Amino acid sequence: MLRKIRIVVSVTLFALITLYFLDFAGFMPQGFHSLTKIQVIPALLALNIDVLVGLLALTLLFGRVYCSSICPMGVYQDIVNRLAKRFQKKKRFKFSKAQTVLRWSVVGVTLIAFLFGFTFLIGLLDPYSAFGRITVHVLKPAYLAGNNLLESIFTQFGNNTFYKVGVYVASISSLVIALVTLLTIGYLAWINGRIYCNTICPVGTVLGFVSRYSLFKIRIDENLCNSCGSCGRKCKASCIDTKSHEIDYSRCINCFDCLEVCSQKAMKFSYPAQKPVQQNANGIDESKRRFMMAVGVTGLAATQVFADSKLIKTSKNQAKRTIAISPPGSTSADHLLDKCTSCHLCVSKCPSNVIKPAFTEYGLGGIMQPMLSFEKGFCNYDCTICSDVCPSGALLPLTMEQKHVIQMGQVQFILENCIVHTDGTSCGACSEHCPTQAVSMIPYKNGLTIPHINTKICVGCGGCEYICPAMPYKAIYVEGIASHNIVEIKKEKVEDVKVDDFGF
Amino acid sequence: MDRRNFLKALALTGATLTIKQSGAMTLMTQHFNAAPAPAASAYDLVAVMGGEPVAMFRKGIAEMGGMAKFVKKGYKVVVKPNIGWDKKPELAGNTNPDLVAEIIQQCIKAGAKEVVVFDHTCDDWRKCYANSGIEAAAKAAGAKVVPAHEESYYRTVSLPKGKSLKSAKIHEAILDSDVWINVPVLKNHGGAKMSISMKNHMGIVWDRGFFHSHDLQQCIADICTLEKAAVLNVVDAYRLMKTNGPRGKSEADVVLSKGLFISQNIVAIDTAATSFFNQVRDMPLESVGHLAKAQALNLGTMDIDKLNVKKIKM
Repeated sequence: MLRKIRIVVSVTLFALITLYFLDFAGFMPQGFHSLTKIQVIPALLALNIDVLVGLLALTLLFGRVYCSSICPMGVYQDIVNRLAKRFQKKKRFKFSKAQTVLRWSVVGVTLIAFLFGFTFLIGLLDPYSAFGRITVHVLKPAYLAGNNLLESIFTQFGNNTFYKVGVYVASISSLVIALVTLLTIGYLAWINGRIYCNTICPVGTVLGFVSRYSLFKIRIDENLCNSCGSCGRKCKASCIDTKSHEIDYSRCINCFDCLEVCSQKAMKFSYPAQKPVQQNANGIDESKRRFMMAVGVTGLAATQVFADSKLIKTSKNQAKRTIAISPPGSTSADHLLDKCTSCHLCVSKCPSNVIKPAFTEYGLGGIMQPMLSFEKGFCNYDCTICSDVCPSGALLPLTMEQKHVIQMGQVQFILENCIVHTDGTSCGACSEHCPTQAVSMIPYKNGLTIPHINTKICVGCGGCEYICPAMPYKAIYVEGIASHNIVEIKKEKVEDVKVDDFGF
Repeated sequence: MDRRNFLKALALTGATLTIKQSGAMTLMTQHFNAAPAPAASAYDLVAVMGGEPVAMFRKGIAEMGGMAKFVKKGYKVVVKPNIGWDKKPELAGNTNPDLVAEIIQQCIKAGAKEVVVFDHTCDDWRKCYANSGIEAAAKAAGAKVVPAHEESYYRTVSLPKGKSLKSAKIHEAILDSDVWINVPVLKNHGGAKMSISMKNHMGIVWDRGFFHSHDLQQCIADICTLEKAAVLNVVDAYRLMKTNGPRGKSEADVVLSKGLFISQNIVAIDTAATSFFNQVRDMPLESVGHLAKAQALNLGTMDIDKLNVKKIKM
């Protein structure tokens, strides 16, 4: 029964969160973003106390329910495992020793790296964020292609329910990372169940530690147990030592598979006042420890080296952003480094396809973090979706009024590239798209008008840069700024103009 | 036929259905599905002032000889408003939704088989369609609102009479229609000076960047040499955007001018609308370069005085 409940809850939450990531048409209400806010790492970074207390209480009561049902990466591994069973009828698990040193080393290195601004690592390992990236970069293109196929079929029959969407790769580096994550964790799950959760995942390690003290636990009634060992063979966390009748609660993810397989009803999910089984942490592997330290130190050193190098290509007329533009609500790139785990929900939800994962634009520590890129569109002046959905507080929520005055970057104009200057013909595409008229058209030669910029009221939406038709180098672009500003936009008076005649 | 062959045939048929008409096919066939010459109306241009959009259009189209003169029974019609911006109707960034709905209803009354509405928007198309109020109004009036945000909706058409623009990718809805009605809103424009009927053609093409980089004013005139010209131009000047166009910043850019113009002569109607605009803000005709360029391409006349014009004040 418990197992069935677990499966129903997991599959439902998994389906909903995956669909929420994929849904580009907005058929799922925005409220579903709470599914991302109840994830451990985002809640931790957002200092979302309610969620953290709730998750802690849940774990102290029932153990790693988060890992079994709420974490989409956990459910993904269960799905792979189920598939594996189809192909290997005699698939069996067996008890293995806990990798305590490795687990805590990963937690330690991740934490230190994070404190030193190398957020990449926590983003890479956080199971929710890793799953988000897999959904956005691997599943979503397929979802979009499927939509386009349905569109072509339905439109043939005169039905306009579907519309075409562009299918493209947002970022090669993030696609590669997502694919490697998908395949690595999938492979581990295929061969041996929840290995990722119990050796690498920092969330798993910490929750595992907490769940050793949880009230309800799976317990073996030694009076009933006939030591058949079937529970151990069924355990995808490999945490039941059937010989000694002990369960490693730091690794048990509460799947309840063992409860169902026990013919003697010796396995119970109960709370007798029994001392938690202490896991001995002897057998420390010195070489492993040294290796982990070396990895950590090298990683840290590398961040410092890379963070300082900036990629500036200087061709005379080429517009090249030297500072990446961080999304609305992020306040600064530093804030992103403090908060963002690169789940890419904002990347997926941006209706204008403006948010793109960075490569090294924010330094090595900020690989995969979101930045604005104006190749496919520009940031809609009247849109706050990215900051509405962000679960980790990396993009702080904005009201429409706040969004209208937030400066994310500043417009730069290169006269030598401008069509009006080079060709002597009208253009004005940049000013046309400017919501604040930070780019306005002023008189030029021969009755022409030419762009004039006022960086003081520029919000950095990129409308001008996106639309500028100058080739091969744009005449106008947005340069990033170290931290976002508030611009002052004067309210214009509405004049009462009367038109009484036709004028011709 | 056994089951295997049946399934094969089914699959083949399905696959064939998904094959799209190629550009070359369009070029070869475009002469055959071009609109038949529209009937001459009593007036060359009708200008209406002082009423609400729907009432002004009703009066105006009646003077033009009624919608049935332009839309015949069984026609596939496109009504092409300006839906370029994510703006509410009060900000005059887009065509008035009530006017669009009224035109659609009159087309249907005249016997149109289907009325299609679209625009190649500047802002995110879903937000434009929704917040302009046009999608809801058009659907309620019985039209089909189709997207225009992907290149695959467009087909290449050659423009032999164009000077700078020799070919353009035009939205398939226009190419597949029997007639189309051009319904711009009257706006100031930072680059083209004015955005009226001719400028509204930039919403039926895919590659607008080419216009801007190859003499914008000439390209605006060139696109109007499209063989399938709009059967009617209806300029919405109920609210006009006097400054900061075509996007506008706030209500301060908008003037409630309560005007409406209808004509088949695209140069004449844009000339008339520019003169109307000139009363609010100085806008000499020669500054709006595409007017003279279009006249030079024999697309119409800027000499309104020589035309049969009906002016109505409500």
